[in-house]
Amino acid sequence: MTQPALEAVIGLEVHAELLTRSKVFCGCSAAFGAPPDTNVCPVCLGMPGVLPVLNRRVVEFAIRAGLATHCRIAPRSVFARKNYFYPDLPKGYQISQYELPLCTGGHLDVLVDGTVRRIGLTRIHIEEDTGKNLHDVEDAASLVDFNRSGVPLLEIVSEPDLRSPAEAGAYLRMLRAILQYLEICDGNMEEGSFRCDANVSVRPHGQAGFGTKVEVKNMNSFRAVEKALAFEIARQTEALAAGERLRQETRLWDADREETRPMRAKEHADDYRYFPEPDLPPLVVDPAWVEEIRASLPELPGPRRERFEREYGLSAYDADVLTQRKDLADYFEAGVRAGAAPKEMANWTTTEVLRLVREEKLDAALVIREWPVTAAQVASLARLVQAGTITRSTAKALLPRLRGTGRDPAELVAAEGLAQVSDRGALERAVAEVLAAHPAQVAEYRAGKEKVLGFLVGRVMRASGGKANPQLVQELLRTALARETP
Amino acid sequence: MTALNELSLRETVARVRRREVSATEVTRAALARIAAVEPALGAFLTVCEPQALAAAAAVDRALAAGEDPGPLAGAAVALKDNICTAGIRTTAGSRMLERFVPAYDATVAARLRAAGAVLVGKCNLDEFAMGSSTENSALGVTRNPWDPERVPGGSSGGSAAAVAACECHAALGTDTGGSIRLPAGFCGVVGLKPTYGRVSRFGVIAYASSLDQVGPIARDVADAALVLAAIAGPDPRDATSAPHPLPPLDGLDGPVRGLRLGLPREYFVEGMQPAVETAVRAAVRVLEGLGAVVEPVSLPHTEHAVATYYLVATAEASSNLARYDGVRYGLRVPAASLGEMYEATRAAGFGAEVTRRIMLGTYVLSKGYYDAWYLKAQQVRTLIRRDFEAAFARCDALVTPVAPTTAFRRGERLADPLTMYLSDIFTISVNLAGLPALVLPCGVDEAGLPIGLQIVGRPFDEPTVLRTAAAYEGATDWHARRPPG
Repeated sequence: MTQPALEAVIGLEVHAELLTRSKVFCGCSAAFGAPPDTNVCPVCLGMPGVLPVLNRRVVEFAIRAGLATHCRIAPRSVFARKNYFYPDLPKGYQISQYELPLCTGGHLDVLVDGTVRRIGLTRIHIEEDTGKNLHDVEDAASLVDFNRSGVPLLEIVSEPDLRSPAEAGAYLRMLRAILQYLEICDGNMEEGSFRCDANVSVRPHGQAGFGTKVEVKNMNSFRAVEKALAFEIARQTEALAAGERLRQETRLWDADREETRPMRAKEHADDYRYFPEPDLPPLVVDPAWVEEIRASLPELPGPRRERFEREYGLSAYDADVLTQRKDLADYFEAGVRAGAAPKEMANWTTTEVLRLVREEKLDAALVIREWPVTAAQVASLARLVQAGTITRSTAKALLPRLRGTGRDPAELVAAEGLAQVSDRGALERAVAEVLAAHPAQVAEYRAGKEKVLGFLVGRVMRASGGKANPQLVQELLRTALARETP
Repeated sequence: MTALNELSLRETVARVRRREVSATEVTRAALARIAAVEPALGAFLTVCEPQALAAAAAVDRALAAGEDPGPLAGAAVALKDNICTAGIRTTAGSRMLERFVPAYDATVAARLRAAGAVLVGKCNLDEFAMGSSTENSALGVTRNPWDPERVPGGSSGGSAAAVAACECHAALGTDTGGSIRLPAGFCGVVGLKPTYGRVSRFGVIAYASSLDQVGPIARDVADAALVLAAIAGPDPRDATSAPHPLPPLDGLDGPVRGLRLGLPREYFVEGMQPAVETAVRAAVRVLEGLGAVVEPVSLPHTEHAVATYYLVATAEASSNLARYDGVRYGLRVPAASLGEMYEATRAAGFGAEVTRRIMLGTYVLSKGYYDAWYLKAQQVRTLIRRDFEAAFARCDALVTPVAPTTAFRRGERLADPLTMYLSDIFTISVNLAGLPALVLPCGVDEAGLPIGLQIVGRPFDEPTVLRTAAAYEGATDWHARRPPG
């Protein structure tokens, strides 16, 4: 008898570093990449007697995220201390939110295989990041860099609504797109500004209760999350099929060996001894401020994708690719406004322009503000091709040359004589020369071997330096060959 | 003529500002007094002579240049050594921070400096302000200026002893469960715990964050008020500091006629030292004589205050003291592994009482115990606060003894923490409710030891507390008594 198919149940916990200029509880810079321990002060080093003061901008960013994901914004939320010892945690506790978070009960609509799935959000809360332990700088000691200590984080917790690695991937991409649209997180998983842990279990289809939950950590790309979940679902399914009992545990994804492994067992169970942070009064949010923030939200990726399909007649795929990044979607629309046909502009944007962007590694930035070529330049190129002024291959060759010049491609085409030659007189002379030079082929054609025409077209094109309008060349050749029939 | 160090703070400031005496002379007098009495008294952990003389010289230069050096110009002040001072070691009375030199000033330290006060030193305390006798200091013994065999009270014992012995004009203490008021009472000086939020806690080494408050210790009420005015007020670096500024304190000598004073019956308990009850009741009669209306009130949840305090305070302390882990500053005892380093460092760095409170607090916050202990304590705290609200619906201030006894003998209560904890039964509720309270001398017992009278006010009503105290002080001269030597 075959085992009934099992269903995966996945919930994701995302930590998103916010792009505020300063840290959440002190005035230090929150920038990434400074020399170790240069963005620090007594507060984020946990010196004796210092106190946290909440950065209002962090609250605003958190409310933006909450509103964009349809959460309820609590008029009163409470900070709490999560107590544990670790060298990267200077106070011996992390300031977080526990029983009363800022945002609760939202959702995200995610496109999976052409259908929209609604994924619940349990909560979004504010907390501070820890420092970073460095284990391979010195032989005999571990060092700690506290630049990251106190950088603001949002913890975004989904309901266990995801059913496959693909759904998890789509959820993460949509969540990251939303945070990027809101300009509150750069979403860089490699640099750790967007981190994801997963809870995954399996159960028979139709069963309401949950199976034994395993937490998976240490995944630093979307691909890694999908692979780790697929591995873990398969592992759990096989274990159950073999009659084993699963353990509730935390496992680490090993990207090299492509497997999850149990994390080294801790000496004692976690007890974070949460209690309300006495150094910070409850966070009271004015509803008028929330409405002000709501009114300032940009159009978000989901609605924008639908609008692109509707308004520009784009395929769901193109609309999805374009709207996953706000800057890309903005670029596309700027090109359309500059007169490009939407489908042409979509093609240029998703293929040639993105290729240039990747070559120059510009896609690592949260928002591409300086594109290699402007949307107006691309729109102009697309128009030149559509009007038959230049060939598509000329246009593709031209694009990289426009980089950083700001020049209108039409001007370049004119200056360098790159336009298709459609001058009848000039082409008729070229045709006559080619026919005169190839009497044998002319005879073959006239004997009924029409395939020879292609050869003759090629000769004329070569003579024109590739700029001749091929349709016109063909037409002139046919006419000339017919006329000179004896 | 009274020696410079024995003058009141405001008289000293007045003379300095009039340039009848230089700040440098005042400072030298204080330093000389410190040098004379410290070997026997032990009020200070650090005397900052060079910094004090430099600060005094700056005040003198400002005056010479016709500038205003501030309302505390030239006054010699001391700080409890859990108040951080940039460039001057701040130990919290602990081995853990014995060599810790902060890079920053506590807001109160900066405000005193800005007001022209001269910091002469840092005073002894119970380790991390945990104690009622200053005997829990890991770094020194402080004696009571009235009797070297007695404790000065705690935890701000060094600050109170220094003021009583005229080593400085005023000092700052911190009060989490009575730590300003008890030593002020035991040493026969004036101590004020302001309303929670009245004074910034920034740079004050935290014991229990929801209870800690900084306040002045001085030799009379007017001096205490002057120091309060210099340190009070909102601080952008302390999110729990209250936004409202301190009202002007110039009406302190106003009448108390018609003022309604409550006498909480729970504060006159079985086993009280009879002399204490006698002196406090006599003080109440003095106030009545000045026209105040005295009536009995009840604070029915008082009996739960000590238990509530030791749940809330230890819970917060267990978290606040987690940062002393040997990683970044303070003591580190090297060991083979990280876990062992933590254990060895904290075992060597913390004394018995601090360790006991960390363990208690860790326990009350633990999974499965939180609701029964911490949450319950917070609920009782609300009941205690409501007791006071009910009393203040009828009264303008409450009058109580500061402690059931006068200063006890050194060592007497060390073996039994519970007896030690009961020293604070009359002071702890005030912290749980966040109220302002002042202690001033109102008599002596058979042994000549000072007895303290406590006046408790409504939240942010320090003016009424100070006015009541000033009226009593004006009608008596207990505050003018000085310890021998």
